[in-house]
Amino acid sequence: MTPASSPYDDGTIAEIISSHAHLEGPLLPMLHALQESFGVIPEAAHAPLCKALTITRAELKGVISFYHDFREKPAGKHVLKICRAEACQSMGGTALAERLLEKLGLDWHGTTPDGKLTVEPVYCLGLCACAPAAMLDEKLIARADEARVEKALAAKKTGGSA
Amino acid sequence: MKIYVPMDSAAKALGADEVAAKLTQEIAARGLKAEIVRNGTRGMIWLEPLVEIEKDGERLAYGPIAEDDVAALLEGQIDTLGKVEDIPFFARQTRLTFERCGVIDPLSLADYEAHGGLEGLKRAIGMSQDAIIDEVKTSGLRGRGGAGFPTGIKWDTVRLAKAPQKYIVCNADEGDSGTFADRMIMEGDPFTLIEGMAIAGLGCGATKGYVYTRSEYPDAVSVMRQAIEIARAAGVLGTNVLGCGRAFDMEVRVGAGAYVCGEETSLLNSLEGKRGVVRAKPPLPALEGFLGRPTVVNNVISLATVPVIFAKGAEHYANFGLGRSKGTMPIQIAGNVKFGGLFETAFGMPLGTLVNEIAGGTASGRPVKAVQVGGPLGAYLHTDQFDTPFGYEEFDGQKALIGHAGIVVFDDTADMLAMARFAMEFCAVESCGKCTPCRIGAVRGVETLDRIKEGDASAIPLLEDLCEVMTDGSLCALGGFTPFPVLSALRHFPEEFAPNTAQKEAAE
Repeated sequence: MTPASSPYDDGTIAEIISSHAHLEGPLLPMLHALQESFGVIPEAAHAPLCKALTITRAELKGVISFYHDFREKPAGKHVLKICRAEACQSMGGTALAERLLEKLGLDWHGTTPDGKLTVEPVYCLGLCACAPAAMLDEKLIARADEARVEKALAAKKTGGSA
Repeated sequence: MKIYVPMDSAAKALGADEVAAKLTQEIAARGLKAEIVRNGTRGMIWLEPLVEIEKDGERLAYGPIAEDDVAALLEGQIDTLGKVEDIPFFARQTRLTFERCGVIDPLSLADYEAHGGLEGLKRAIGMSQDAIIDEVKTSGLRGRGGAGFPTGIKWDTVRLAKAPQKYIVCNADEGDSGTFADRMIMEGDPFTLIEGMAIAGLGCGATKGYVYTRSEYPDAVSVMRQAIEIARAAGVLGTNVLGCGRAFDMEVRVGAGAYVCGEETSLLNSLEGKRGVVRAKPPLPALEGFLGRPTVVNNVISLATVPVIFAKGAEHYANFGLGRSKGTMPIQIAGNVKFGGLFETAFGMPLGTLVNEIAGGTASGRPVKAVQVGGPLGAYLHTDQFDTPFGYEEFDGQKALIGHAGIVVFDDTADMLAMARFAMEFCAVESCGKCTPCRIGAVRGVETLDRIKEGDASAIPLLEDLCEVMTDGSLCALGGFTPFPVLSALRHFPEEFAPNTAQKEAAE
């Protein structure tokens, strides 16, 4: 999860678009690949996407804004997702989320001032039998409590961009 | 010696990768001859990481194993749980769909075949399309995503439709809280889903399949993609399925964090690269689905159950179950429970048995207060309803639904007004926006519940009225079923909505 730095390279954008053009319904795979490369869906990709798929800018904007995953602004270096769904609530997930947000001084979707961490809600990680659950980048944390989440966060700080 | 360490997400989230790494290290340090196999989970999540050691023809379980237990485990200082099959939670199950899950290496096609894999597909290849559909109809298989529509009838509609291209779409957008069966089978036995989709393809005359799953499931995406590559290389998928002269191929597509895309028409729009808004029905997806072509949209568990139906015969499968709910259901026991995990059993077990005996009551040790069955759109059931047998019609009779068969247990600290409010809030966040009852109704629902919390008793009839509008007027189950958790909380726990209680709590 180390996005390439801006400016967003036109060559990479063109390559991502052309390598997915043969798919049926290629837009979501293209958007995922763009975000994987750049950490966001860059504005610079809008015109080439519209041209390749013969859709309007309004249609493209509509798709990007519909899905929670797609970002138009970069997230922090690491993303912590905390599950808010019912199974996690039954095991104290709401209180855990509140305490973590308070400690980090953030609200949902907020990013720390140093740009290191963004916290987002997620509705179910499929870890409902070992709730509450959280995910730091791609690392899943089951039976999450403050200590386990803080340990994972500390590992990111010392271990760099694992 | 073979040592099995699950690579299922839940096991990994509880430290399985660290255990496997430590095992590799300790095996090398001791010069032991041992092979580490990363299997799926057996589904007893409270025992994860559950390590199994196979030696002298016997496979024994140990768990939960932490990284620090590894040395002692290799030195034989840790007591075994015995064979997995003898652990009571497992011994009481009937494993048909999940028979291989956790037993085999998920990415070994040879292991899959050694455990009965591909027998169903081989049998289907020798059958006519008619006979394939009849077999599914006879099995009584109904949609395991929640709607419970007969799978064979859906397949027949697609088979009879005339079009240059037809599709099999697997709905793996498992967003319901309390459910993880789709994830578990994709990570633990992916070939069974591939085989089921290939049989569907042969039966309906569809040559292309898609698995649409969630971005929240990166491990499942990765395992499915690897399994598809392996199946293609082995000729299970491709232009000539197992040499039968007919084609079927498939790929995995990943959603982007929209719950509503678990609704089949919204899923199809998303797959086409559009906003995941719901389509009005008719036309049915079976006639005008993906790209306007005839499309089977089935849940993962429906499709993953097809191979066992063909391998063992439709009658064998239909012999399990209760009334019109035939076969088995992988029930996912979650939330505040002592023994959480996947429990596959024939339909018919009373809810109370599942909660009190199988799940062992709450993890907190406090009394059970409510059980939400069927995800965020499912009703909260009261302990008074615990004798309800687990089945489609039986739950319907209780103004509840089984959905994707996730059950989430709450202890007596649960705040039912807050849970009702959460249901409306979730609907507001995830509404696709196409129909007014859902888009506006959910927001008004949150506001109305806030009024009730502040002690405004006149808002209760308003909430009931609003729920009626949402139930009758919404295009899909998101707006249409959100009233299930809301009204069931109100109906079974009215004291928590009464002005005095609500006001007192608000003041605290």
